[in-house]
Amino acid sequence: MNVIHSTPLTDSVRARGLTKSFGGNKVLAGIDLTVPTGSLLALLGPNGSGKTTTVRILTTLLAPDGGTATVGGHDVTREGVAVRRMIGLTAQQATVDDLLTGRENLELFAGLYHLKGRRARRRAEELLERFDLAGAANRLVGTYSGGMRRRLDLAASMVSAPRILFLDEPTTGLDPRSRAELWSVIRELLASGTTILLTTQYLEEADQLADRVVVISGGRVVADDSPAALKRQVGTERLVLRLSATADAPRAAAALGTYAGVEERELTLALQGPDHLRRALDALHRAGVGVEHVELRTPTLDDVFFELTAAAA
Amino acid sequence: MSGVLTAAADLRRLVVRDLRREVRVLDGLIVNTALPVIIMVLFVYVFGGAITTGSSGLAYIDFVVPAVLLMSGGYGAALTAVNIAGDMTGGMIDRFRTLPIGGWVVPAGHVVASVLRNVAACGFALLAAVVLGFRPDASLADWGLVLALVAGYVLAMSSLAVLWGLLVKSTQAAGAFSFVVLFLPYLSDGVVPAETMPAVLRDFAYNQPVTPVVATLRSLLLDLPMGSSGVVAAVWLAGVVAVSAPIAAVLFRRRTAA
Repeated sequence: MNVIHSTPLTDSVRARGLTKSFGGNKVLAGIDLTVPTGSLLALLGPNGSGKTTTVRILTTLLAPDGGTATVGGHDVTREGVAVRRMIGLTAQQATVDDLLTGRENLELFAGLYHLKGRRARRRAEELLERFDLAGAANRLVGTYSGGMRRRLDLAASMVSAPRILFLDEPTTGLDPRSRAELWSVIRELLASGTTILLTTQYLEEADQLADRVVVISGGRVVADDSPAALKRQVGTERLVLRLSATADAPRAAAALGTYAGVEERELTLALQGPDHLRRALDALHRAGVGVEHVELRTPTLDDVFFELTAAAA
Repeated sequence: MSGVLTAAADLRRLVVRDLRREVRVLDGLIVNTALPVIIMVLFVYVFGGAITTGSSGLAYIDFVVPAVLLMSGGYGAALTAVNIAGDMTGGMIDRFRTLPIGGWVVPAGHVVASVLRNVAACGFALLAAVVLGFRPDASLADWGLVLALVAGYVLAMSSLAVLWGLLVKSTQAAGAFSFVVLFLPYLSDGVVPAETMPAVLRDFAYNQPVTPVVATLRSLLLDLPMGSSGVVAAVWLAGVVAVSAPIAAVLFRRRTAA
């Protein structure tokens, strides 16, 4: 990462053993993660896995019960003000004002970052251009599409030109085109040297954007790896086989050796390369197991979790 | 010093935001302009003919104008609860918290904007009253005191509204406060003479803040003797602010604590 900062830091975000409970409910059970400066880390997990709680702790909005975290070299609990100066946050809930125009929102935030009149206006203008909102600048945000609103939210997070950006599920609920547009905006921010931590429920999104993926489940890290390694681990594609008879399932499972899952007479197998498909079908044929239906599909987050939690067990 | 100026500039930005929001929604505009006029017309023409003003011997329009001013300003002030609850339950508060501003400017911005809007609403109600035949007899100093008293009432109600808005978990629940504030003048000496009420209500009417505020406004606007009502009104309003503002501040800190 050839990004020049006044105080060079190898890691912009470091969290060690973060824990948090709400009531008696343990939401984080010891989260470790590291985001090297200038890279993008995807925090991947299902709803309720602790992604948002982790982001809120790292952005100083929530105090952890235990563990430590530094952002931009500053402790998130003891040096909150210094951390806030370095970061931008796009939370899951919209954090822009529906009853103001896009321009008014950005000028308000620029003003609250204490940019003076003309500089605040210029900054808002730059961001509207950069996030492709110039045409809608004078419309009330309430009339924006979901994608435009997310872009404005992202623009609002970039008002102070932060070095470290936190994006909590930036593309959830967006249509595929808006998602692709947002991805390209995120790639540009990354290319311009911003360190980014984003949370997502989509394996594909992590694969598209991330240098590294931390998978969390039930408040624990279950994997911390590059997207390529993670995909190798979970296989590129899933083979779903429906057997002719439920009674054949154990025999089929034995014939296939390692299998991803069996449910009634349906078997799901993580394919390790195209040759694996032929071998799997051959093995079933030799075992005399009848197959009624064969389907290939790309792995989903469920598959990743099944694989990772099964491996951990 | 520069810290104070920066905070004042932040406050101004949030007040402007609030006023902009107000003119963007039809409800807001109606509450601040048309509603005060409608209430005034309603009381003077619809109810006025049927209500006698008891021992005061005033024409009904003279009797009721102060109460209508307080209804006009109070209703909008109570809606401050909805504005603060909207910020707290939506994502806006997270955005504000990541900005380098003192947290208190967020509720303070709502309160200051509320005072500006709702004193203006009282102005509309007063204009309507004049059109309907109300003829105030007040010196410039009296007008200054009227303005201060109305602003003080709106401030007290806005401060209570912020407290309520921080207690509840939704904007719908926050809206309920406006009914309390809208009805407070009915249970005072402002709309009908309290002497005509049953004992329990009469005791309530004589011991709640609207009655002394109304009495003071009447004496200022109509050049009548004031008695102790001015002092009682000032103590009431200052007391409400002095109690509700610190509690609201604690609640706000708790709701935004890390």
